Amino acid sequence: MQRHAPASRRDVGAFHGREARHLLTWGCGALVLACAVLSLGIGPTGLSLGSLPRAVLGAWTGSPGPETLVLLNLRLPRVLLGVFVGAGLAVSGAVMQGLFRNPLADPGLIGVSSGAALAAVATIALGNGLAAPLMRAFGVYALPLAAFFGGLATTVVLMAVARRSGTLLTGTLLLAGVAIAALCGSLTGILAYASDDRELRDLTLWSMGSLAGASWPKVVAVLPFTLLLLALVPRLTRALNGFLLGEAEAFHLGIDVERAKRLCVLLTAAATGAAVAVAGIVGFVGIVVPHLMRLLAGPDHRFVLPGSAALGASLVLLADIFARMAVRPAELPLGLVLAILGAPVFLHLVVRRGAGGGA
Amino acid sequence: MTALLVLDGVSVRLGHRAVLQQVSHAIPPGRLTVIVGPNGAGKSTLVRVLSGELPPAAGAALWKGVPIAALSAARLAGLRAVVPQAAVLAFPFKVHEVVALGASVPGFGLAGHRRSIERAMAEADIAHLAARTYTELSGGERQRVQFARALCQLFAAQTPEAETALFLDEPTSSLDLPHQSLLMQRAAAQARAGRTVVAVLHDLNLAAAWGEHVMAISGGRLAAHGSPREVLTAATLGSLYNARIDVATMPGSGLPVVLPNAGPAPT
Repeated sequence: MQRHAPASRRDVGAFHGREARHLLTWGCGALVLACAVLSLGIGPTGLSLGSLPRAVLGAWTGSPGPETLVLLNLRLPRVLLGVFVGAGLAVSGAVMQGLFRNPLADPGLIGVSSGAALAAVATIALGNGLAAPLMRAFGVYALPLAAFFGGLATTVVLMAVARRSGTLLTGTLLLAGVAIAALCGSLTGILAYASDDRELRDLTLWSMGSLAGASWPKVVAVLPFTLLLLALVPRLTRALNGFLLGEAEAFHLGIDVERAKRLCVLLTAAATGAAVAVAGIVGFVGIVVPHLMRLLAGPDHRFVLPGSAALGASLVLLADIFARMAVRPAELPLGLVLAILGAPVFLHLVVRRGAGGGA
Repeated sequence: MTALLVLDGVSVRLGHRAVLQQVSHAIPPGRLTVIVGPNGAGKSTLVRVLSGELPPAAGAALWKGVPIAALSAARLAGLRAVVPQAAVLAFPFKVHEVVALGASVPGFGLAGHRRSIERAMAEADIAHLAARTYTELSGGERQRVQFARALCQLFAAQTPEAETALFLDEPTSSLDLPHQSLLMQRAAAQARAGRTVVAVLHDLNLAAAWGEHVMAISGGRLAAHGSPREVLTAATLGSLYNARIDVATMPGSGLPVVLPNAGPAPT
């Protein structure tokens, strides 16, 4: 990632001062709240922004009208799901990029999402056969657990492949990730091929990512994994900053390198797996949101990680609003919307910053 | 004064190759020790063993009698800092942020952070680069930033100087002449303050000018050690590098001046 840009290049990070970065952190928080309110109040049926206060009041006083029921049973779980999926994926992306010292690393790109998807699809497709005991034992948690272990297994294989005498080779890692993603994709395809028409449609839509099936059990399923990641973020920032210098240098700075790596890998596999399990494959968040944060506030993980959480949640909420309003009463898949909205923005940012982007 | 750092029969294998074999030496405390030797002799490996990065296969590197390999990363961070050969950053950190990483070790406390950072940047002559982006700097400027980061770590640790060490792995390879002298002078100042300073150097004249003690490594073994005048002789260097090397004496200072000789190797 080395390059010598001309000296005239714009300074990195418009919000690079200490106070400005705190302002940015608060701004991100406010953005999430605003997006959440919009997402609660905008939808094809039943509840509008204007009637949102009445619906909230109904829930408060315990005299629920139809608007309150829409709010509590449809919109609120969907908003919470969007927040957890968006925050989880964006932070996972930021952590992986820091861990692998490569701005292209992303759970989606290096096959972790595909591994999680394969495990989840296998659980769905074999739900009445081989995986039946698993479904019975873990109930609503079976799918996130399967996706978690699928993502974890993929990450462990990747790290084993890309490791040479103690160092993680990022080039090898990305290439191996592409290969593993292709392998998992084809195995998922075989499972899909063996499915009936209804399952096939479910699987296809699911692979494009969506919050349409939001429900309280799904919120409960993704909650612990994302919260665990977010709760441990403060403990990761210093290690990830140290990793940017190199693993040996991180060790010199007093970081227990192997422990920090294991923690990063486990947490991102868990959060990615859980997000994939409840919302399907939602790409793009994990790579673009940390990029945006680095452009705004510089590469310090003390700001990149919390900022990515807020920005990721906001982006997913906004994309989801668009997904359910653009072709109502039908819905667009969330993953497609994010790619359509985000890819041009991403491209613009890369071009504006000069070849390669640096961040 | 007993040595802070002692090598006790250190052997290291990387793959099938014995990189260090039975190296035993007490590194003089409060001095600037220079490690010299041909490429692949094991100089950097020796620094990696001393910094705790690489546990020896046999023998031990000791810090005040305690095996360094047994100390935790966090504990070691308060005892020694390392200037790496070359550090590539994947993301565009500002120079002052890279230096501040040296003070970000937990347990250092926050007192004096800012002063440690500023002092380190001043000593490495990079104060004017503070707001620049690290990835845009030249190789030599990056080396000075890494030097500042290591100094910052030592300053922020607030461990008594006599219990700390500074390791430099070819710290001058990309520096211009004045900055080579400046960096060695600052490293020597740390030694005068009581720290044990160990630098791997390829430039034998720099070793002669700044080294107070020289360790010559060849084929993973300690081939010679002593003062620059004792070790940097035509005979010792000739067998160390297996090449003809001339050594003159600087009039005035009396320091050895090392010159390569283009003739065939001695037999």
